[in-house]
Amino acid sequence: MASVTLLAAAGEVGGDFFKERDVGDLCQAQPDHVFCFDWARENIDRFGTPTVQHLQIVIPAIVIGFVVAFALALLAHRTRWLQPPLLAATGVLYTIPSIAFFFLLLPVTGLGRDTAIIVLAAYTLQIIYRNTILGLDNVPASVKDAARGMGLTQRQILWKVELPLAVPEIIAGLRVAVVSTIAIATLAVLISAGGLGTQMYGSNLTFPTSIIMAAAIVMLMALAIDALLLLVQRLTTPWRRAAQS
Amino acid sequence: MAKGGAVVIPHLPIASFTGAIEFIFSPQESNVTGGKKVGGFDKCIELLVKHLEVTVLALAIAIVIALPLGLYLGHKGKGEQFAIGLGNAGRAIPELAVIALVAVLIGVGLQNVAPVLAILGIPPILNNSFVGIRQVDRATVDAARGMGMSELGIVRKVELPIAIPTVMGGIRSAAIAILATATIAPLAGVESLGDFILNRNVYGENGLLAGAILVALLALTIEGLLALLQRRLTSDGLKVKTA
Repeated sequence: MASVTLLAAAGEVGGDFFKERDVGDLCQAQPDHVFCFDWARENIDRFGTPTVQHLQIVIPAIVIGFVVAFALALLAHRTRWLQPPLLAATGVLYTIPSIAFFFLLLPVTGLGRDTAIIVLAAYTLQIIYRNTILGLDNVPASVKDAARGMGLTQRQILWKVELPLAVPEIIAGLRVAVVSTIAIATLAVLISAGGLGTQMYGSNLTFPTSIIMAAAIVMLMALAIDALLLLVQRLTTPWRRAAQS
Repeated sequence: MAKGGAVVIPHLPIASFTGAIEFIFSPQESNVTGGKKVGGFDKCIELLVKHLEVTVLALAIAIVIALPLGLYLGHKGKGEQFAIGLGNAGRAIPELAVIALVAVLIGVGLQNVAPVLAILGIPPILNNSFVGIRQVDRATVDAARGMGMSELGIVRKVELPIAIPTVMGGIRSAAIAILATATIAPLAGVESLGDFILNRNVYGENGLLAGAILVALLALTIEGLLALLQRRLTSDGLKVKTA
């Protein structure tokens, strides 16, 4: 069976890997180890470059995804008939599994980081777009009326009233997008784009310690950026805290 | 056309979409197998069915575990931190690590991979069924209780019908997450359409692209079917409101 051969091949590479890295000595005492602490301690610096690469994929993807989705949401907010087609279009991009999407783009953009960034940015569009529209729609009509009564123009109402009030929903969308993107970016290894996936795939596919370490870094990264966004939300919506206290 | 000779098509380093489409419909000589024909319609259908098999099995396990739990917690209004927190944490799990670890630590094959894939589907279903039930107007629930409905009756006949769009949203997310991850299931010894993608040395570059096309089409089809199912399950009274 083809799939089993693949595993076997990975196992062979794994064997070389053990010899090369002198992992054998470190883990010899516990041949059936799940997590080899000695190896993890000695090799923690192996994860530095992949972590940086991971961020180099995720951050541009999020920034591009946010800018495009935000612009689309503002456009659809003003031109309401655009909402259903834009929701459908971003929905298609969101539904196509990232692995498939990577390889669909391969003939066009080739192997490497650019393809990973494009796919992940496309993936975030729907979440950010939908939440931005939701946030803008949730602004009470009375608030907009009050703003109009105070003599604000349509543009001022958008930027000074509607968008600030929509910040919680926008950030909620951004948080979902960031956390999912960080996890999915591990698959970028399949198109030679680097990242923490490199520590789970290829020669590492049969080495649990490396996989667990890399997965832990991925999840910590997601948690950290998620917390950062929550902080941004608190700082940009001071009236919410005022209302609570 | 060049005079007196065939037009030489330069060998493409990467697959072409026409090559991939040909691969789907009839077996092709791949650029790596040296004359042996691979792929073709029958092989594609075979892997498609296997892909669906593992997806449906994992989704069923996820629904059986997460749906009743989400409905119960939502109805009781308990465990909000748990349901929402798990929903958020679930998104941070790297699928590649899950598949790689199940292969090394638990074992290969459908019986090991399907339950683990189900883990990826549990957070969205639990999260959405909880949120969906909580969003039901408490006054509506009180009215039902006042009319003498049992608690189970309230969940079945009042809360669940109103929450269907949100609940189905969770099931759709779960289905797509599981289907997407089933693509790398061959790494844990379960055949799926991912075989075309991961075994480049068997199926070649056209097979790889064909696999990607099939996985994408399958995901869009399943998503479309579940959206239809959601419309069918949503009561007509609620459709008017959302339209």
